[in-house]
Amino acid sequence: MAAKTLTIDGQLVSAEEGQTVLDAARDAGIYIPTLCHLNGIQDIGACRLCLVEITGSPKLLPACVTKVQEGMEVQTSSDRLRRYRRMILELLLAERNHVCSVCVSNGHCELQTLAAEHGIDHVRFEYLSPRLEVDLSHRLFGMDHNRCILCTRCVRACWHVEGAGTKNVAGRGIQSRIISDLNQPWGQSETCTACGKCVAACPTGALFNRGATVAEMQRDRTRLEYIVTAREKSQWIV
Amino acid sequence: MPRQITIDPVTRIEGHAKITIQLDEAGNVDNVRFHVVEFRGFERFCEGRPFSEMPGITARICGICPVSHLLASAKACDRILSVDIPPAAEKLRRMMNLGQIIQSHALSFFHLSAPDFLLGWEQPPERRNLFGLAAAEPELARRGIRLRQFGQEVIETLGGRKIHPAWAVPGGVRTALTPAGREALKARLPEAKESALMALDRFKKVLSTHKQELQVFGNFPSLFVGLVAPNGTWEHYDGHLCVMDSVGNVICDHADPTQYGSIIGEAVETSSYLKSPYYKPLGYPGGMYRVGPLARLNIARQMGTPQADEELSRFKTLGRGAVNASFMYHYARLIEILACVERLEEMLDDPDLLGTRLRADAGVNSLEGVGVSEAPRGTLFHHYNVDEKGVIRRVNLIIATGQNNLAMNRTVAQIARHYLTGSTISEPMLNRIEAGIRAFDPCLSCSTHADGRIALRVALLDAKGQVLDVANRL
Ligand code: SF4
Ligand code: SF4
Ligand code: FES
Repeated sequence: MAAKTLTIDGQLVSAEEGQTVLDAARDAGIYIPTLCHLNGIQDIGACRLCLVEITGSPKLLPACVTKVQEGMEVQTSSDRLRRYRRMILELLLAERNHVCSVCVSNGHCELQTLAAEHGIDHVRFEYLSPRLEVDLSHRLFGMDHNRCILCTRCVRACWHVEGAGTKNVAGRGIQSRIISDLNQPWGQSETCTACGKCVAACPTGALFNRGATVAEMQRDRTRLEYIVTAREKSQWIV
Repeated sequence: MPRQITIDPVTRIEGHAKITIQLDEAGNVDNVRFHVVEFRGFERFCEGRPFSEMPGITARICGICPVSHLLASAKACDRILSVDIPPAAEKLRRMMNLGQIIQSHALSFFHLSAPDFLLGWEQPPERRNLFGLAAAEPELARRGIRLRQFGQEVIETLGGRKIHPAWAVPGGVRTALTPAGREALKARLPEAKESALMALDRFKKVLSTHKQELQVFGNFPSLFVGLVAPNGTWEHYDGHLCVMDSVGNVICDHADPTQYGSIIGEAVETSSYLKSPYYKPLGYPGGMYRVGPLARLNIARQMGTPQADEELSRFKTLGRGAVNASFMYHYARLIEILACVERLEEMLDDPDLLGTRLRADAGVNSLEGVGVSEAPRGTLFHHYNVDEKGVIRRVNLIIATGQNNLAMNRTVAQIARHYLTGSTISEPMLNRIEAGIRAFDPCLSCSTHADGRIALRVALLDAKGQVLDVANRL
């Protein structure tokens, strides 16, 4: 595979053809915040947190789905990017009901960590405070729509890693919801194998083990990557 | 001319309140009302949440006694699971409650109340506080601070954090006590006991110089409610519900605390978000009762540990059958601190304590759960209804300050009657009213779940309810 040379934040980086800017940056030890990206499952560029500036492009581009090119000049942080990222996070927080102090993911939540990283001590937008329910119908797991950010990591893990195709997105825009099968209680799903991959994939407190109490949800997300690597490359790297 | 004088806020109470003193035509105190006007609606807020989150959520009701809510809530959740929790878990929960009682009582006594009666009512407010106490009685103040720290350390050693340890969970507790943690706590016990004894000695001297306070700071007959062990020993985590009258007759014994609804009614008044519970058989407001240290000590036949038992028998000589003076809450608090320290002494040698089987695992086996325990301020009830999946459908909380609400009104009325001269509120009277209420150690943010905005408001109303004057103090 041909190697490409590019600069990220002024640092000369060499990457493989077909690699994403995000991967290249991470290989070079350069941090780019992400939320809908999860190692091992395919990227869709949904959350826009990984936006970077690329010289010559008037648009900001998501690093997780932008492929490296020869001579590319990438900026991963600037005032403009920080402003955008902050706004995205604030909008996510305002859209549903996030009460970190009593959340099962408190202290282990990607959204919370990013919010702290971006200095979000308050949200400038009006909270929508929707009344959303918690689905506890599944024998093992629970789904709390109040905490869901619609990153669809669960959906992709369910379809592409487990192959069950239980999780899906219904509705449009602000009405979008993660559903099971044909929008029935999770516990009544006929396709769910109860493998828990969606729970492992979820960045927030939206999916959790039933009975989990405050701050108890710590997930091992490397397992999904392990499964995918093992399957695709026949490499069992723990 | 009947006038209404409103005092707000009561300083050095956790949370905030407003007091209205209603005078009659002759200018005498007619009625007193404690308004709690803020409302955070925790009970509604919990609806729709998984019950397993309840200990963590309700621990957030109050920053002063999170442990009490945590424990009562975990107990209610145990009932929903229908399990007996592992013995080590129960002992550790008890241990945490002892730590909580010590730290809360120490805060109430040394930081909040002692400045009043040790420094004197006439001291200016800026001196009548812990700093003033530290200047006047440095050893006592230092010990008070250390005692509170000790209580917090018990909590921290178990829960990992001083405040909001989401450590008790449905079915047990999350983490074990480590041998190192146990040794560290053991090392601090002798000092804690010394401090408790020293404070008791100091307070007994106060008793001889504060005869008037004993008489007018909420000294009236009422019922007393609290948990007690089946053999009549002081209890703080489990046991039976007992109701005692003002002369020491047990009028309801061995009641199952989960059946509280059959003996306790809850009255709602429009002037306050605080519900006023009462003893059902005697109706409202005749069924007024007090909870907390005073009630627990009136009800207990023995504390169950040697030195606290000695103090208890001294305490019992101060009343006829039951001690009715609310000023004695302070004394009762100190005796409880001593009892907690002694119990910790006994417990810490228990090999069970280091057990690692800590959490019973079960699903929803009952659609209803009631958890009752003794918070530092009094009996705490958590009552949940869930659907078959474990989603909370209804929550009812009965909190100590609410149960003491009627008695606090009576206390303020008594003090006002005694100290009010003419038509102005003098500083000394104001101080005494505040102190009278503080004897109950009310935690208003907890009892109304208030968000604690201070709006100092002194309102003067005429007979027709017209506002004659309003003064705002911030
Ligand atoms: S999901 Fe994350 S951000 Fe949302 S409440 Fe839970 S911890 Fe906070
Ligand atoms: S449930 Fe979790 S993983 Fe799925 S979309 Fe919502 S936040 Fe993402
Ligand atoms: S991580 Fe790239 S868009 Fe979400």
